[in-house]
Amino acid sequence: MSKSNFTRRGLLKTSAVAGAGLALPTIFTAQSAHAFTNEPTGGTVTLGFNVPQTGPYADEGADELRAYQLAVEHLNGGGDGGMLNTFSSKALDGTGILGKKVEYVTGDTQTKSDAARASAKSMIEKDGAIMITGGSSSGVAVAVQALCQEAGVIFMAGLTHSNDTTGKDKKANGFRHFFNSYMSGAALAPVLANAYGNDRKAYHLTADYNWGYTTEEAVRASTEAMGWETVAAVKTPLTQTDFSSYIAPVLQSGADTLVLNHYGGNMVNSLTNAVQFGLRDKQVNGKDFQIVVPLYSRLMAKGAGANVKGIFGSTNWHWSLQDEGSKAFVKSFGTKYGFPPSQAAHTTYVQTLLYADAVQRAGSFAPCAVAEALEDYEFDGLGNGKTLYRGADHQCFKDVLVVKGKENPTSEFDLLEIVEVTPVEQVTYAPDHPQMGGPEATLGACNNGA
Amino acid sequence: MEAIILQILNGLDKGSAYALIALGLTLIFGTLGVVNFAHGALFMIGAFCAVTFSRILTLSHTVVDETQTDFLGNPLKVDVPYLHDLFGQATGDAIIDWAVPLSILFTVPVMMFVGYAMERGLIKHFYNRPHADQILVTFGLAIVLQEVIKYFYGANPIPTPAPQAFAGSLDFGAMLGFDPNLIIYPYWRIIYFIFSAIIIGAVFAFLQYTTFGMVVRAGMADRETVGLLGINIDKRFTIMFGLAAAVAGLAGVMYTPINSPNYHMGMDFLVLSFVVVVVGGMGSLPGAVLAGFLLGILESFASMREVLEILPGLNQIIIYLVAIIILLTRPRGLMGRKGVMED
Repeated sequence: MSKSNFTRRGLLKTSAVAGAGLALPTIFTAQSAHAFTNEPTGGTVTLGFNVPQTGPYADEGADELRAYQLAVEHLNGGGDGGMLNTFSSKALDGTGILGKKVEYVTGDTQTKSDAARASAKSMIEKDGAIMITGGSSSGVAVAVQALCQEAGVIFMAGLTHSNDTTGKDKKANGFRHFFNSYMSGAALAPVLANAYGNDRKAYHLTADYNWGYTTEEAVRASTEAMGWETVAAVKTPLTQTDFSSYIAPVLQSGADTLVLNHYGGNMVNSLTNAVQFGLRDKQVNGKDFQIVVPLYSRLMAKGAGANVKGIFGSTNWHWSLQDEGSKAFVKSFGTKYGFPPSQAAHTTYVQTLLYADAVQRAGSFAPCAVAEALEDYEFDGLGNGKTLYRGADHQCFKDVLVVKGKENPTSEFDLLEIVEVTPVEQVTYAPDHPQMGGPEATLGACNNGA
Repeated sequence: MEAIILQILNGLDKGSAYALIALGLTLIFGTLGVVNFAHGALFMIGAFCAVTFSRILTLSHTVVDETQTDFLGNPLKVDVPYLHDLFGQATGDAIIDWAVPLSILFTVPVMMFVGYAMERGLIKHFYNRPHADQILVTFGLAIVLQEVIKYFYGANPIPTPAPQAFAGSLDFGAMLGFDPNLIIYPYWRIIYFIFSAIIIGAVFAFLQYTTFGMVVRAGMADRETVGLLGINIDKRFTIMFGLAAAVAGLAGVMYTPINSPNYHMGMDFLVLSFVVVVVGGMGSLPGAVLAGFLLGILESFASMREVLEILPGLNQIIIYLVAIIILLTRPRGLMGRKGVMED
């Protein structure tokens, strides 16, 4: 017969010691294990690339993904190093980030805010992504940026041009390298005034969503300041495919210039329709009728074909730039994929490098430390000349390119030509500018999550 | 006055596309009793027939031009179409320029085959199933077809211009005595309207004046009796499905210069075309045509700046608003048969 040695006092003592023993490692390690969301603990670090892989911007998303993959290759020491060789910061050495090999997961935004948030959430919660980047739409960027702010990870925006991303909807955990509507307006207006004169009557067709509104506001403000008059501004549904009923009345209004605040398929269709209606062959108010497309992308120019010839617009970057950074990136991307990169590819590649560099300089993956390293950071060698990541709104300030549809393209990629590199001073604004949400718009506090 | 004439003209070409797609839809519903949600995809495939034919015409071999360089600084590789080798540059370019009209010859047999394969391979298995099943399967098919097109052609729109001879626009206003430039209308849209009128007329004539058409109409009215007469009505209905596919395909081909085709264009038209069929009357061919033009013109008027200033957003709801009114007041549609959609 066995005899039990357990006593009430003994059991309590044993339980207390066992409990303390079990709790001990957690107590001592809790602070470091959960210092911030998805702190990398092994030999790798995971980045989340959230791009449209399906839907109307899938081609743009595919180009972004190519650039991300190239950036990861370069960060891990592969390939020819691309813009790591021309980047003014020498913190990155091709051994990953803080010695950890860079890995990545991808999500499909479908260019829908809810789908983009779901894929970003999944990458953060299931895949342990330390940073989310990407997007080809301002609606998506604003939605995912807000999610990253709540989750306590850094968001490095991809192609998003609305003022709101770093204006009224700016967040402490979000950063944008791409330019914005205000900058497009400020860069375009002097070139337009120079080419078409100060006495113009403009008719705006504006996509009926966030980006359309901010672009119309920016272009109107800049052109009106140059002496132009806005005859009318008409909102067009985002789902519109045939713009004939919006374009036909333009000439009746007495306007001599049509501004198409459209992007993507909207831009391709509205521009095609406008050219079909022969607007560019007409004379109004004794002047040749002109069309302006504030935001150009090569992929859209390709869709519109010959219709883009001679039409002014603005762009964040173009592969024909001859600075060392651009040349290194074009060579690296072109050798790997067989064609030159788009502006979407450029901004996403640069954002990945900038994030990695900030982590390296901060010596930590903690979002607030990374944010601090990015704020008011000046750099060069990444294709846009000297650039400032302004701390007040997390917007990059750099030169802006004014481009024109090329008259005699030599290939399907050679569709735009640079007509002016607008200096950064001309496109800089105060952080509390009314177009950016005014003084009420604030970044809020940085969030480390966990 | 000018604005009204202008919006009527705009509504005509939009209505032409709606009418052509709706005609095929209602033809399929009237003959086979199938609600075909893949019909928009047929319009899209037709458009991509034009893209494919254009690519066939521009099949090229590469020549290295040592005098120019590409973006990497290597000698530029220039694509020279085989048509240049066969017919000389001028004739070759002229043929390529006329790719869209010429692609009609390519599209008709392709679309007849696609329609036939679709009907025999999938849709015939759903004849005796509820409409909900038919809608689900055809909608699924539409998604599959558009994803297949996206896989091969990408997501971006592909420019497919009209021949240079039809570039620019006609100044209708000047012809009617108004000031120049007040009422302009692109040449290609005029062509599209005329083309639609011919196709619609041809379909009606085919059904009205041929023995085949007479049997089909008899089958639409009373399928059982026609079957009892020893006529294989199913075979004829299958051919009608192929014909409806060809009509949708032709509508797509000729639409490519108006808007650069993309994989999603079928879906953009599908819902509108269904509304057109419902407003016109399910199974009614004249109803589909009438409603197509009517809704096209109404949509154009609703997009006028003057209208939008009074009723913002009307342009986005006008077609559905009309559909609701019609369904409430006359469920069988403008020209639908008594009893259809009314039980």
